[in-house]
Amino acid sequence: MGYELKQVRNTLVVKLTGELDMLIVDRLRKEIDKRLEEQTFKNLIFNLERVSFIDSSGLGLIIGRYKKMNANSGRMYIVGASNNVEKILLFSGINKLVPIYNQEQDIISI
Amino acid sequence: MNVKNNARLEFLGIAENVSFARSCIGAFTAQLDCTLEDIEEIKLVVSEAVSNSIIHGYGGSRDGRVVIEASLYDNRTIEITVLDYGCGIEDLEQAMKPSYSSDPARMGLGFTFMKSFMDEMEVISKPNEGTSVRLKRSFLLREQQAYA
Ligand SMILES: Nc1ncnc2c1ncn2[C@@H]1O[C@H](COP(=O)(O)OP(=O)(O)OP(=O)(O)O)[C@@H](O)[C@H]1O
Ligand SMILES: [Mg+2]
Repeated sequence: MGYELKQVRNTLVVKLTGELDMLIVDRLRKEIDKRLEEQTFKNLIFNLERVSFIDSSGLGLIIGRYKKMNANSGRMYIVGASNNVEKILLFSGINKLVPIYNQEQDIISI
Repeated sequence: MNVKNNARLEFLGIAENVSFARSCIGAFTAQLDCTLEDIEEIKLVVSEAVSNSIIHGYGGSRDGRVVIEASLYDNRTIEITVLDYGCGIEDLEQAMKPSYSSDPARMGLGFTFMKSFMDEMEVISKPNEGTSVRLKRSFLLREQQAYA
């Protein structure tokens, strides 16, 4: 599992690779929250293009960051979920709070 | 129902082993001639049960052990039991309610996933002794339902 945090203007993009389970979630949560505290971002994007597996720990990470963004009137998006991952996202109902797009470009241009 | 294969896995309850456990049981399940989607669902429920043992059962101490016993039956059925010797669950009924979590940062999805993706789920728990979650799924049954 790997991750990369990059800033595009006032958007923070979290790009993940591999399997998103409890092993990576603690470290990732700390790192994202540090960035969100340092600076007010308007958008937070979770890019899941390269994620092959997600469980409730990963979903909890996403929902927790959504609550933070929402409290600061920021927006959050998920992009590029594969069929497998999308099935779990839809099952959890997370898509009712965090919209899912096909690619980053679709959001950056909004 | 005859047992075709059986495996027992015991490992340290640490985050590093969650992916190890679900991959092992996923590979074991593949012997049942099921779809990749089926295997992904089995991996998810194993991930949920093992994560619960580590997170809740052992509360982050890195010295507890998790045991998984898995059996394949001749009618394309898999039975998986995940058990820990952790803190156990006081109120099982509450714990199994959808969206319930003892941790406000969590969504309470684990048991819901296990119940939804498996045909049977049975949880036995005793405070201070541990928790065992037995999960069962028949791929034959699902196929019959799909074609019915
Ligand atoms: N092995 C276990 N040992 C002790 N308590 C457990 C165990 N498994 C589950 N629980 C209790 O049952 C509750 C519900 O579990 P469930 O997996 O549904 O949700 P969660 O783990 O809290 O959240 P999520 O799975 O979404 O991360 C937990 O919050 C915990 O209190
Ligand atoms: Mg859980």
